[in-house]
Amino acid sequence: MYGWKGTILRINLEKGTVVTEELPADLAKKYLGGRGLGTYYMGVEVDPRIDPLSPENKLIFAAGPLSGTNAPSAGHYDVVTKGPLTGTIAASSSGGMFGPMLKYAGYDMIIFEGMASRPVYVWIMDDKVELRDAGALWGKTVPETTEALREETDEEASVACIGPAGERLVLFANVMNECGRAAGRSGVGAVMGSKNLKAVVVRGTGAVQIPDPKAFRDTVIKTSAKIRENPVGGSGLRLYGTDVLVNILNEVGALPTRNFRESYFPTADKVGGETLAKTLLTRPRGCYSCIISCGRASRVKNPAYEGMGEGPEYETAWSLGPDCGIDDLEAVTKANFICNDYGMDTITMGSTIACAMDLYESGIIKAADTEGLQLTFGNVAAMVEAVRKTALGEGFGKKLALGSYRLAESYGHPEYSMTVKKQEMPAYDPRAIQGIGLNYATSSRGGCHVRGYTISPEILGQPLSMDRTVTEGKANITMIFQNLTSAIDASGMCLFATFGLGAEDLALLLSAATGESYSADAVMEIGDRIYNMERLFNFKAGLSGADDRLPERLIKNPIPAGPSKGMVSRLAEMLPEYYKLRGWDDAGTPTPEKLKSLGL
Amino acid sequence: MSKMLMIYPDRCTGCHNCELACTLSHDGEFRPYTSRIHVYSWETEGFSMPTTCQHCNDAPCVAVCPTGAMYDDRAVGRVAWDVLKCIGCRMCTLACPFGAVVFDTQRRRIVKCDLCDGAPECVLFCPVQALEYVEEADATRSRKKAVAVEFKKTFEEVS
Repeated sequence: MYGWKGTILRINLEKGTVVTEELPADLAKKYLGGRGLGTYYMGVEVDPRIDPLSPENKLIFAAGPLSGTNAPSAGHYDVVTKGPLTGTIAASSSGGMFGPMLKYAGYDMIIFEGMASRPVYVWIMDDKVELRDAGALWGKTVPETTEALREETDEEASVACIGPAGERLVLFANVMNECGRAAGRSGVGAVMGSKNLKAVVVRGTGAVQIPDPKAFRDTVIKTSAKIRENPVGGSGLRLYGTDVLVNILNEVGALPTRNFRESYFPTADKVGGETLAKTLLTRPRGCYSCIISCGRASRVKNPAYEGMGEGPEYETAWSLGPDCGIDDLEAVTKANFICNDYGMDTITMGSTIACAMDLYESGIIKAADTEGLQLTFGNVAAMVEAVRKTALGEGFGKKLALGSYRLAESYGHPEYSMTVKKQEMPAYDPRAIQGIGLNYATSSRGGCHVRGYTISPEILGQPLSMDRTVTEGKANITMIFQNLTSAIDASGMCLFATFGLGAEDLALLLSAATGESYSADAVMEIGDRIYNMERLFNFKAGLSGADDRLPERLIKNPIPAGPSKGMVSRLAEMLPEYYKLRGWDDAGTPTPEKLKSLGL
Repeated sequence: MSKMLMIYPDRCTGCHNCELACTLSHDGEFRPYTSRIHVYSWETEGFSMPTTCQHCNDAPCVAVCPTGAMYDDRAVGRVAWDVLKCIGCRMCTLACPFGAVVFDTQRRRIVKCDLCDGAPECVLFCPVQALEYVEEADATRSRKKAVAVEFKKTFEEVS
């Protein structure tokens, strides 16, 4: 096969068996890889009603057909499983070099089954695959684990591992690779922890082959130029990282502040990308085959928050910053490093602390509940301490480890949780930006911006400009973005490549990599198929159209001040049209005709 | 005048595009393991360093070669080798102080940078100009200027 390796690795952790299987060509063509192929296998092999942290759940690491080639910014892989935070299908994408390395070792995908009786890690060196004891690594942080495993295996190996948070089943634990890259959302790291699987270590010496090297090279040059000429993909992200968005969103009054009580933070610039570039940034970084370089190597020298590592990204700077009423970049960056080292999703971590602060200020959480930690908005030291407590599983940190929904619910006030399907919404206020609200509500893994990033047209004018305050046209653009993103995630490409590239370009790259013939329409159909497949999984897991909603605060409480003063989310205006365009019935259930047309 | 490959680790993002471009152009596949240029990264520190053949003026690999296969190819400003004369003794891999000459055990051949006959693909595909292919005498010009710019700033502050 070209593009794909044509081999799946199946590892049963309970029996300790390792087998290889052929990747059926028709499935590869129909679902590509990554999120697509991973979700297909989850749908076929796993009962969606199972407990996500039980041995019945499976954990899939899947690269795409473009992973390992030099298609621009195509070094991604997805961790696919049933997520413990949301109870939905979870597909978390990560860059670094794990995906390409998996391909060079000879595999498109690894399926982990069952649960090991004691901590183990997997060492994959081409066709040599070993389950090894990880007892000595249990409890170690991500950098400690990565370093120890490279010493034990190969210094150039890629290490995807969990930190202590994943071991302790923090519901938003992530899988980290190359220390600073994260399959961040929906708690995929907790599933790994539940399986006693500390790490997957891989080194490959083989090749990814393509049918016509010269034609592929030409396609890469052509598509790379489009990203380079794009103001966001070409220079904006390299100079300032994703954190450049802080000022952009704040200026339009769409930067959720103090747990979405407000949406404008006067001193937001202090945690913005421009400030980061001037102060803590060491150097921009790029994942495998990346030409965008949004990664941030940062260093805090201030002894109070000393550290080195990756970040902060926009979502992180926001969740641990303005969402908690905080504008201290050094503290935010330190909290980011703790999340990376212990393996936790920064969006859910920050938003959960913001929710706790909201409950605390409302008198619902008392100082006695928090071991005296004064969780008031703007309390910098308390924010960092709350992150540390969660990372170490101390006292109140055990409650924070459940995410904001379960935290607020345990106090009888779930309405304080700014979540969709129990997952925290990211840093774009749906009251000020209508389309993103529809995307959050209908996202297949709960509150998430990278299912359908309508911020591109609604804020950044990419690839077209849309009025953020209206609902007209948002159903269609949300669906298109959700479908395109699904296909991008399945291909092994980074979503940021869409700052310059569209379905046409993805079709060209996929065709050149695999030798199959893809059109733009075919790519969009693959995306549509993946999205519907995820929907089916979620419905079988017990969710319904009634779960496609936003917190009441965003529907009923207008933004109190700032440039978007008075706005609320008008989700109800968009949802029926969205269902109709999707080919779903009035209750949001995919119709038999729709599923048949997608071959599901 | 001849050109040389200049490496700027301070600009390198660790994306490995140079390795991918190298193996695509030489072998028609993506196989960084046999790339003639190799990037080492320290992720936490955010530092990456590409290493490759320096095309030495007085190259140990040329000196040690018993058959004269490895030779100074002045016209292209590189150290090249004649596949027909190479006996695969690997003396060059032992002699190179940079570890830049490698014996590919799978294909039984010497793997080393050949500057793509004067149009290096790694330079073309580096997204951040961490690699440049420049006139030898001009190679350090940008570094000299960077020092001058810093000095100018300091001078303006104290004057």
